[in-house]
Amino acid sequence: MIGLVVVSHSRALADGVVELAGQMAPDVRIVAAGGDGSGGLGTDFAAVAEAISGADSGGGVVVLFDLGSAKMVADMAAEESAGEVVVVDAPLVEGAVAAAVAAQGGADLRRVADAARSASGRTDRSARTDRSGETGQPGRSGAGSASAPAGAESSVDGVRAEVVLTNGMGLHARPAALVVRSLAELDARVVVRFGDERADAASVLALMGLGAPGGATVEVSATGPDAAEAVRRVRELAGRDFDE
Amino acid sequence: MGCTAADVADALRAVARVVAEHRAELVRLDREIGDGDHGENLHRGFAAVVSTLDGELPATPGAVLKLAATKLISTVGGAAGPLYGTAFLRAATSVGDAAELDAALVAGALQAALEGVVARGKAVVGDKTMVDALTPAVAAAESAASSGGDVAGVLAAAAGAAEEGAESTVPLVARKGRASYLGERSAGHLDPGARSTALLLRTFAGSAR
Repeated sequence: MIGLVVVSHSRALADGVVELAGQMAPDVRIVAAGGDGSGGLGTDFAAVAEAISGADSGGGVVVLFDLGSAKMVADMAAEESAGEVVVVDAPLVEGAVAAAVAAQGGADLRRVADAARSASGRTDRSARTDRSGETGQPGRSGAGSASAPAGAESSVDGVRAEVVLTNGMGLHARPAALVVRSLAELDARVVVRFGDERADAASVLALMGLGAPGGATVEVSATGPDAAEAVRRVRELAGRDFDE
Repeated sequence: MGCTAADVADALRAVARVVAEHRAELVRLDREIGDGDHGENLHRGFAAVVSTLDGELPATPGAVLKLAATKLISTVGGAAGPLYGTAFLRAATSVGDAAELDAALVAGALQAALEGVVARGKAVVGDKTMVDALTPAVAAAESAASSGGDVAGVLAAAAGAAEEGAESTVPLVARKGRASYLGERSAGHLDPGARSTALLLRTFAGSAR
């Protein structure tokens, strides 16, 4: 299994990111390397190198960092490491969570690194948790067409369906991670709406941020070539109670 | 007359003294546009290099440079640790196992150091970093070496060009490093990394005389 290292100038920040990512990936080795090694802000080469060897169980390690010099220290430690190490330029929190989820799912080094890199969402960050209603709103015009799966509605703007969360906990961490993983390979932009809030289904944190509880109904809408398949997959996961 | 391992070690001891003398200045420069730790970090790093050299003197100039690189990487922290560490490491590789450094080897080592810094930090001339001091220094060193200068002459040429290059960072807006977060407000300040690079080269030049 791929391991993760979180490098931050701040010990508290590195520890916090590790805690958050670890919640989604109980079996993944996620190691913090924060601070300058003597209680202050900074980065410590020896600590990063040690964290990398601690996170590596043979499959390789993905390293995430916060600010510029942390990247340089991570790069050097990666070059010195005996194992396979990839230093990924990604948003620290979302990247760590996405990488942890991918590693938990058994992804290889390249896929875990890709998961971290794509963690900021597809192309439009503004749609992640959008309360304005200006984006990601497919039209209601147009009757269902042949391309829409049964129970879903299709329009010129995409495919959408209402999905009831019949599992106990609703769209919490693990189900959200399942949704993101199942959509990752599809060419579709998928938005989940709960009440007035919308979340990009490419982001685990955004989906969790909806706070959709068990019993809630969410609306899944998708655009793009694989829109119908994307909606079908989400409905199927919900229909299986996200395997809980 | 070339530089032996002992000469290189003496030059590094001189650097440690100069960095100690200029610690407050480097801290002040770094507080203006960075996180304020440059003087302390370099002081700690070169002190560690000296204390290691006091215990063991490696056999070749390259081995001395490599030992310095390893110490700097593990003790300096911040951006300066990886950058100076990489610079010394590449310089060490460049001179190989030569018993003495001549003018051409010194110029080549500076060129290798610059390439290492650029590879590590991805900065180019004009970004308001140590690259602004090191790039003209390398050009001046090569020019001096190819026109028959000795080691002291090559390092003196490099030091002079590095000082001018460092001064040229004052009006620049930083595009790399912590100062880049300040945007326009970084203009009007001397870059601490360019300043420390000029100090190092000036000290090496003085030591080679």
